[in-house]
Parts: sequence; C-alpha cells; structure tokens
Amino acid sequence: MPARPSGSGAEPEEPADPDLVLEDRIRRFATIWSRAIFPVTATSLTRPEFEGHLLPWVRELSGALHRRPFDTQPAHRVGAALVDAHCTDPDALSRTLGVVDSYLVLYCGRPGAEPAEELRARCARLQHALAAGFARGLRQRTLTEQEAIARSALAARAAAEEALHATEARFRAVFDGAAVGIGIADLDGNILEVNGTLTRMFGGLEHHLRNRNVTDWVHPEDGPQVWRMYGELIRGERENFRVEKPYYRGDGTALWTNLSVSLLRDAEGRPQYQLALMEDTTERRLLNLRLRYEATHDALTGLPNRTLFFERLDKALAAAGGDARFGLCYLDLDGFKAINDSLGHSAGDRLLVEVADRLQSCATRPGEMVARLGGDEFVALTTRPVGQDDETGELARRILSVLSVPIRLDGRELTVRGSIGLVEGPAGGERSPAEVLRSADITMYRAKSAGGNRYERADPEADARAITRHGLTTALPAALERGEFFIEYQPLVHLGDGTVHGAEALVRWCHPQHGVLGPDRFIPLAEHTGLIVPLGRWVLQEAVRQARFWNRSHSDGGPLRINVNLSPTQLHHPGLVADTVDVLERSGLDPGALCLEVTESALIGADEDLLKPLRQLAEMGVDIALDDFGTGYSNLANLRRLPVSVLKLDRSFTQGMQTHPVDPVDLKIVEGIVSLAHSLQLTVTVEGVETGAQAEQLRELGCDTAQGWYYARPGAPDRIHSLLLADAV
Amino acid sequence: MERPAWAPSGIDISVPSVSRIYDYYLGGSHNFEVDREAARKAMEFVPGLPKVMQSNRAFMRRAVRFAVDEGVTQFLDIGSGIPTFGNVHEVAQAASPDARVLYVDHDPVAVAHSEAVLAGNAAAAVVAADLRKPADVLGSPQAARLLDLDRPVALLLVSVLHFVEEQDEPHRAVAELRDALPSGSLLILTHASYETMPLPQETVGGAVGVYRDIRNPLVMRPKDEVARFFDGFELVAPGLVKLPEWRPETPVEQEDPYAFSGFAGVGRKA
Repeated sequence: MPARPSGSGAEPEEPADPDLVLEDRIRRFATIWSRAIFPVTATSLTRPEFEGHLLPWVRELSGALHRRPFDTQPAHRVGAALVDAHCTDPDALSRTLGVVDSYLVLYCGRPGAEPAEELRARCARLQHALAAGFARGLRQRTLTEQEAIARSALAARAAAEEALHATEARFRAVFDGAAVGIGIADLDGNILEVNGTLTRMFGGLEHHLRNRNVTDWVHPEDGPQVWRMYGELIRGERENFRVEKPYYRGDGTALWTNLSVSLLRDAEGRPQYQLALMEDTTERRLLNLRLRYEATHDALTGLPNRTLFFERLDKALAAAGGDARFGLCYLDLDGFKAINDSLGHSAGDRLLVEVADRLQSCATRPGEMVARLGGDEFVALTTRPVGQDDETGELARRILSVLSVPIRLDGRELTVRGSIGLVEGPAGGERSPAEVLRSADITMYRAKSAGGNRYERADPEADARAITRHGLTTALPAALERGEFFIEYQPLVHLGDGTVHGAEALVRWCHPQHGVLGPDRFIPLAEHTGLIVPLGRWVLQEAVRQARFWNRSHSDGGPLRINVNLSPTQLHHPGLVADTVDVLERSGLDPGALCLEVTESALIGADEDLLKPLRQLAEMGVDIALDDFGTGYSNLANLRRLPVSVLKLDRSFTQGMQTHPVDPVDLKIVEGIVSLAHSLQLTVTVEGVETGAQAEQLRELGCDTAQGWYYARPGAPDRIHSLLLADAV
Repeated sequence: MERPAWAPSGIDISVPSVSRIYDYYLGGSHNFEVDREAARKAMEFVPGLPKVMQSNRAFMRRAVRFAVDEGVTQFLDIGSGIPTFGNVHEVAQAASPDARVLYVDHDPVAVAHSEAVLAGNAAAAVVAADLRKPADVLGSPQAARLLDLDRPVALLLVSVLHFVEEQDEPHRAVAELRDALPSGSLLILTHASYETMPLPQETVGGAVGVYRDIRNPLVMRPKDEVARFFDGFELVAPGLVKLPEWRPETPVEQEDPYAFSGFAGVGRKA
C-alpha cells in the first residue's frame, strides 16, 4: 500500500536518513500528482493504484533533476507514459506540468547540491520535455487508434460485403438451380427476371419470357379466380395466391403449372414486385388424366366403366329442374356364355369389343353414353331433356337393331342377341343409382325370360315382386327361427265311400309384413338357398306329430295318412332317410301312415343313387307319391323301376273335365293312366276336384282318392279333426 | 420481407456507434467524427458522461476480480464494444491464468477491432451476435470452444441492457441466458437509471434524446425493473446499488458525483 499522503503542499520534514527522506518525498509528490490528475483520467484503476503507478515516474523525474550530464529523456518518457496510462485528456498534461512546476524542486531537490536557479531551469526543461513526450505519445496513440479503428471498419465492411456477396451468390444459386421456375415482375406485370428452369418450362427461349407482360398469359382454361386474385395482389390487397394455371409454350403447346405468386414489398411496406414460383405439372396432369381415364374406362372395350357410369347416373339423377329426365337401357347378351365356352375367351373378348363398338354408334348424341358394367352387361344412358317421344325406347330399338347384323368372327357369322331392361324417369327423384340399376336388371331378366332379343320396360309391380323375392330370401332363415311357418292340411278323400283317407300337409309362412304366403312364394327361394332342408325337416316333424295325434285320438276310424312334400334338394340330401326314420321313431307313427310326395320332374332321369333313399323308405313301408304326374315327359316304362306306390294326377287333367261336355280324349287319357297305374299296383290320387260331377266322373274312371275344394280347402288341423268326426258319425 | 439470419447488415460508418462513442468518452481515438459529434452533444446535457463510463469500468474491474475470487474463471461479456484498456480479459487473465473470456457484440466494427486485439490470445475470442438472440450467442462455435457450460460462468451485461428496448424483451433474453448457465454462475450487471443521475430528469432526457436520434435509444429503467433482471439469481452483498457503492476499494465519498450514475449488482444463480 502506498503511504497515505499527509496533506498537499505541506513542508517536508527532515528525517535522519537522506535516502528514506527522498523516498518519502517521492511518495508525497506522487500523492499530490495523482490527486491532481486522477479526476481527468479515464483509468479504471483506483486512485491508490493509480498513485502506485505514478511512483516510478516520479523517481525518473527526480533522478533527471540531478543527473549529470543533464538529460531530458526521462521526462520525455514520462510524458509518453501518461498517455499510455490513459491520461489522454489535455488537462492531465496541464495539471501534471503544474504539479511538476510547483513541487518537483521542492520535494526532490537536494538542498545545497545544485544552485537553486539551475534546479529551476532544469525543472522547466523537464516540463518542456514531458510536454513534448506527452504530445508525441498522444499523437502516436491517436494515429495508431485511428488507423486501428479505420482498419477495423474496413475489415468489417469487407466482411459484410463478402457476406452480402455470399448471400447474393447463395440466392443466385437458389434462383438458378431451383427445380421450380422463378420469375420476378414489377407491379405493371413487366417480367424483370426469370430463372433457367422457368425458361426451359416455356420451351427454352428466354426471349419468349423477357420483355413480356404477365397479363399476356391469359389462357382460356384459366380458373375464374386467377385474374381477380392477381388484381388484388398487385394492389397490395393480398400477399399471395396459389392456383393451377395453364400457359402456352413458345410452340403453342400447353404448359400446366402450379403457380404461386407472392407480393414483395419495400422496406416501408409498399408493394414493389411480384414473385412467381411455378411448378411444371403438365406431365403429372397428363398422368392424372390417364389414370383417371383408366380408372373410369373398361380396358377391353375402351367404354366407360361402372365407376364412370355411376358418376354420370348419379349426376343425371341429381340434376335439378322439372324437365330433366333420364333413360337407361340395361343390356345383357343372350347366350354369351355359350359363345365364350365354345369359341374361347379370346373370341368372346373380340365379340364384346365389336358389340361395344356397335353400341357406341347407337349413343352418339349429346347426353348419351354407353358403358360396360362387366362381363356381357352393357348399359346405355340418355339424359336428354324431355320433349322427344320415347327417347329411351328408340335407343333400345337402335341397340337391338345394330345387334341383329351378324358378327363375323374367325370366318364364322355369329348372331348375337340381347335382352334389354329399360328404366326411365324424372331426374331429381327419390331413386338412388343402385335402385335404378336394380330395376333395370330385374326388367332385363324379364325380357330374357320372355325369350330374349327384346326390351321390356320397368314396371313397378314386377319390380316389387322381384324386390320382395329378394327380401323374402334374406328373411327366410330368421323366419324359421322365429316360428313364422305353420302348416295347413287338405283332406284326401276316398272316392269310393267319400271318407277322409288322410291329409296333405301344406306349409305356409306368416310373414310379418306380407301376411300369409303360399309355398309357391318361398319354397323355390328356400330351395335356392338350401334352407329347404331344415324347413322340410320341420314340416315333416310337425306333420307327423299331427298325424300321430289324430290317429291316437281317433283310433277307431282306421289309420289316417299324412302326405308331406319333398323338394328336389331334400331328395338329394344325405340325411333324408335318417331324418325321416328319426322323426317317425320319435313320434311313434306307423311308417305306413306317411306318404312322401316327390314331383315327377325331380325324378326324371334319376339314377339309382338318387332312388336309393326312396327305395329304403319304401321298404320301411313309407308310401312314395309321384306328384304332378303328367306334366313332365316321363318315360312311362320307367315307372316300373321307381319305388313309387301312388300317382298324383296333375290338376290339369281335372281342369279338362270341368268343361261341358267333357272332352272324350281327356277322359280316355285319364282312364288309360288309371289302368296303367293299377296294373303297376299303384293307387291314383287326383287333385283339384271342384265339383261333384268331377268327383263322380273320376270315381267312375277308377281313381282311388281325391283332394280339392269340392271337399275342403287346406285348413287348420282341427278342421280335419272335425271332418273325421263327421265321417265317424 | 425479413432479412435472413445469414444476410449481414451493411457497414455504415457515417452512422454513430455506441461502442465508438463509449470509446470517445474514455479518451480513446477508436472513433470517427460522427461518433464524437454525438458524444459532444450528449455531454452538453450530461458533462460527466466520461465519469459515468469510468465508473462502469471500475465496477466491472472489481466484479471480475470478485468472480475470480469466487472461483469463476469463465466470462461471457455481452455488449463488450471497442476493446480498450482494462478489458475483462486483461483483468481476468491477470487475476487467474485459467481465465477464459468470450466477448459478444453486434457492432461489426467493434467485432472486427476485437478480433484484431485478441489475435493470438487463445483464451479469449469475440463473436458477432446480438443480446436479443441468446441462442446465437450460446450456439456460436466460439462459445463451444471457450465456455464449458457445466461449470459456472460470469455473464457480464455491463452498460448494455439500457440499449435494449422493452419490445425486444430484454428480461426474456436474460432469462434465456440464465437458463443456459449452470448454477453458481454470476450475473454482473449495470444499468442506467434516472434515479441515480445527479441532474434533473429533463436535463438527462436531452442526452437520452441524442441516443434516440442516432437510433440507439437509451432506456432508463427504475430500480425495480433493473432488479427484475436478477430473477433466478441471488444478489450478493451489497445487492443492487449505485456503481461506486458496490464493494468499494476506496472511500465512496471521494467519488465524482457522476460516478454514481447507474445501478450495479452481481447475482449468483442458485
């Protein structure tokens, strides 16, 4: 720590040791000096630290005061050192000179060593040197610092320029190397700059773009919003927009782009330039169009496919407006499968292509289209407004007409016919495309079942029937589970004595919506779905149980027979015998009281495998009746080998007997059949007996049993019961 | 359009720079006439400005030594300006041979000059970045080279925060820096304030106007707002005080009245 000064301007004391005395005086001088200049320095040292910093310089000055030969260099150095110690303020110099002038000789002079005048002179010269040293140091420092800061400023500027250049180079690289086309235009639309990609997109010639105006590029396929948004942008009302926009290339071809335009503003926010970024989507667009085409067209014929057809139909049906109508022809080729099977798929395909071409020639007017739905199914749609009479019928007739010309295929002439279902109606209706197509499909089948090569018009009733058939089919399984089926019984009467001989079980469906349905409405459906097997088993079970009940409660009237129908599918079912045996055993009914009715057509051409179960049942004592006899083309000789014991004459024979007078040929036929049957040990049952005269005639012809409205309509089991009681009476 | 981060602003030495004005106050010649003109104008209102700067430098010197005494030898000096005598690295490296110093300034001339001054000093470097974007500071390669953020760092924000306007969220910037530093780190901070000036506010306002005119607005903040910069730090004794009152080494009463113009404090991150 430097000694604390005892006070400025005090008279120095006189200690004994001259060296110690001098050192003390030097410290005092430093204290005075530091107090004088510290306030005008910029040093961050504390004052005591600063004072310590001054001490060596005081010694230099003190030494110089006495040195021989006299030399002012130390004072010069001290002046420079002041500058180095950041005493750069001019006041620091003047205060320093003041302190030296007042105190150097006083504190550092050795009394008696030199004449006082000489010391004063030396002190003055030291001040001159100190001032010169300060000035030189300050000048040096100023120049050095000025140079340094100038150099730094230049370096910073160079670095900034370099960075700016790098920035621009980077921007240039982005601009030039971008995969997107970039263009800059002023607000009047004058193109100022374009990159290479944009030039190439437009065909490679820059002059096609330079000096052009953005507004030159109006294209007929421009979206409706493009130029409105452009106007908003250049007026500064929007910052950017993005559209799909086509252009003409230099060679006149179309260039499709995804265009994104942004507004560039100046530092004050005023619109200045427009920047366009463009992506060439021409190829992608073509690809999309092709993919779209492929997705909506049939690969074989090139016709629109189901997807496109439904889109159009959807549109046609949704079309608003009172006078919009649609018409639809659903075409299915007659017998195409046979052609495919006999000539091969390749020939079939060529045939379809030819048919497609011909159909297309039928539907060339605006609003008409032909599509292939798949296989040999085609559809023609017309959406012409109402006014033309029977537009759709005309279309259907044209189609049938073009198909009537034979098609040459592999040197062969093929005649292709088609069945057409025709649906038409007002647009904006309630029907969905699927409903319309289903109606057309149903109608087409009607045309087909009417012999083909024709068109039929959709008929709501026919549709409803078909639709119900569909509904019934799907409802059948649940109906069986829910017990919606029941059985009615129709008596079988002995023609000889008029007694009830038995009853035929007839299944009914009590449908929750459609009411009671006869077997003709649902048995073919059950047959088709296979549900006939469980349904048939249920009927058999129920009928046998009922017969057993009658026989038990009415044992004195002789065994009552129960007739149950077997469908072709049941006949083929491997569990037939086992099921029947099971049912009989469970109920305890005598097998001889059961008669299973099989249609004649089901047994036409039957082989031994099919007959085997029937034979087994017959051996057990079950009667087998040949139902609807006389409707098929049965080989009468075949009757011998069938395990049949009853013939049921079809009702067509009895109908022939209702006329007056009865056709003698009919009588002869029935008589012949009865005679034949009896010679084969078969009994004969007739159906459809409606009058007493009929009954009498049939009895005379030798028929054994009869059933029909003359006796009783089918009814509940208790009706049979009462008939039996009536017989018994 | 906002200028991308990698595009530097131009260098215009016809515009005064606070770094060079500061140098002028400290008697340096690292300045141009535009700087001196601005400085002289400000001094017309507040003649003692050089004393204010000197007092800041003296505080910084005491605080750096304090940090070294506390064992903190890494220094991050943001807003370092034109390097002049008694810089952080001189004080710190004199106090500890291990000291490492990273200077940060956004004035390209100050940065260029610092680079020249620090050439050959492996333990000190400068990075051109902005206090308002702490991530640029912390993510610089110089920071990665010099600072070990697992050890305490002394963050110096001396005479700089009053150049950050409220809209630039100085408190958020300081908090972001704080969060990047480990516990035990120090915040060494000074800030200008009307409360500390030995002149009426209207007079000081003249000097503030000069800074506003050179587009480097000087934001005088009251003590409580300055204290908020220490959120997350614990102020060491004697707390947030006027510049010369922070751990003085010489009698405070001997200081120039202008030396008291500003608050100073050191905080330690918990």
